[in-house]
Amino acid sequence: MEQVIANGFYLGAQYALIALGLTLIFALMNVLNFAHGQMYVLGGFITYTVYGQLGLPFVLALLASGVTLAVIGALMEKFLFRTVIKRSLREESTMLLAAATAFFFDAVILLIFGEKQRGVPKIVKGVFNDGGIIMPYDRMLVGVLALVFIAAFVLYMQYSRVGRAMRALAQDRVAAQLMGVKVDRYTMIGFAMGAMLAGIVGGLLVTITGVNSGIGGPISIKAFMMVMIGGAGVVGGAIAGGFILGMMESVGLTVLREYGDVTYLVIFAALMVFLSIRPNGLMGKPWG
Amino acid sequence: MTHNVKIASVAAFLAIVFIAVPVLISASGRTDLYYTLTSVALLSIASAGVWLTFYIGRINIGQGAYALMGGYVSAILVVTYGWSFWLTLPAAGLFCAAASVAIGLPILRLRGVYFAMVTLVLTEVARLLALALPVTNGAKGMVSIPLPGALSAFGLIIIPDFATLHNSRLAFYLLAAALMVACFAVVYRLVHSRIGKLCQSLQQNEELASSIGVNIAYLRVIAYAVSSFFGGVAGAIFAAISQSIYPSSFTVTDSVNFMLNCFLGGLGYVFGPMLGTLVLYFGWDLLFQTGQFQLLIYSTLMIVLMLFLPNGLLSLAATTRKKG
Repeated sequence: MEQVIANGFYLGAQYALIALGLTLIFALMNVLNFAHGQMYVLGGFITYTVYGQLGLPFVLALLASGVTLAVIGALMEKFLFRTVIKRSLREESTMLLAAATAFFFDAVILLIFGEKQRGVPKIVKGVFNDGGIIMPYDRMLVGVLALVFIAAFVLYMQYSRVGRAMRALAQDRVAAQLMGVKVDRYTMIGFAMGAMLAGIVGGLLVTITGVNSGIGGPISIKAFMMVMIGGAGVVGGAIAGGFILGMMESVGLTVLREYGDVTYLVIFAALMVFLSIRPNGLMGKPWG
Repeated sequence: MTHNVKIASVAAFLAIVFIAVPVLISASGRTDLYYTLTSVALLSIASAGVWLTFYIGRINIGQGAYALMGGYVSAILVVTYGWSFWLTLPAAGLFCAAASVAIGLPILRLRGVYFAMVTLVLTEVARLLALALPVTNGAKGMVSIPLPGALSAFGLIIIPDFATLHNSRLAFYLLAAALMVACFAVVYRLVHSRIGKLCQSLQQNEELASSIGVNIAYLRVIAYAVSSFFGGVAGAIFAAISQSIYPSSFTVTDSVNFMLNCFLGGLGYVFGPMLGTLVLYFGWDLLFQTGQFQLLIYSTLMIVLMLFLPNGLLSLAATTRKKG
């Protein structure tokens, strides 16, 4: 059982980091970024290229993933989402745009990197084993790194000037604008940060699970679920949702093993029941 | 539009669908187009359902679940219980409508992205259920479903046995097109009725609507049930055409596509989903020649379209009419 809980924590840490980026973009723009999973995949492939192919240090590769995705995110916000939000009569139209960009990334990734499963050499070798819990060191390192990034993100949002501006935007866009917050600029920064987080997780996880061009969609769906469990647009909620989903997966896969492949069925069904009782998730704002 | 123009355009549309298209296809000999057009007709039925949920202000990404459910209900009734296909068609629709009432009562309280996400999850649940339930035959799916048999009433054969037909593709096309016309007639009638006006009030402000005395819970369940009915019927015919159904017949991608059809055609127009489906499906087919660049070009076009016509293709017609 200790093993199951340790796995759950490890999964939860990375899931939470994925969900953070999604929830940040949602909080600022009310856009559900369908392309989040594809951004993750792109980040993974960039790390694969820089670290796996070119043989440069892993830190550099991670940095490259983050920076590239941040730039892409900023451009997407400035040239695509901002324009459509301005011109569209209904807010939901951004969903079509988001879905289209998801397809676009899928196509680009497929063209550039091909459809093969890619992996990179381990960053640290060896396995931690104290009799009860067995966990490879690289998983522990990735888990810890994910926690560090989460902590850094939360601190940044809480104490920096940019973070404060973004929180104000998420609370009330018009009021923030009236108080002199440069709305357009901080929305762009927020989108870039969300994309960057997706890229960084992709870079981190390519060292363990590898990456292939088809996993973007499923990752997006998982990220949506975590965001919904915690409540859309709330940082704390995304972290909680990530850990809850990670734990449920880990426990479910062990406990329900004898009933066949029903873990996800149970999780999904539980989520639907949970949301019909508590429509805003754990800590979401009403109708966010 | 005056009354006469309306009648004329409906007549023209019917003539194109039921006379011009079969004549043109038999003249050009491209019978494969029947299959494409049948798919368009069926997908636009399902999309019309999604559109109806948009009309009450809900983003529905769960239509794939009902299409899958409808397909399985029809297939199981035909294969296991030996029902006639023509009986299973309404049965599939009603089953989906009943299921959607049970599911909709709790989840229609959700709004915005929450509803969208729950319906997305619903699509996955349907797929996983189809994999897990014993009656659906798991991942192997249901195969070799017999073609629809004859339908007769009072000794008069209304629809001949599809298996004996020389050209079952044409028969399926006519069936799908007829159903599509019927569905859009229903949606049009619904939207231009008292209920339609009430639904529009839901789309704008539910609290306000309910404070004036609109029974919002009842209305949204009705709209959702009609929507799911369409999904179920479309799925049932799809199963009959391909003579098979698998858990992966309708997935999240299909659910998303139904929604995209509505967006592309325009959310403010009853016939938006039909146009959107036609354009998306044919666009995708036409781009097949570009090989590996198919998805790239397709998605780029979609992004560009969204940038310049974010309110859908039909908004183009609306603005020119306003200016002219």
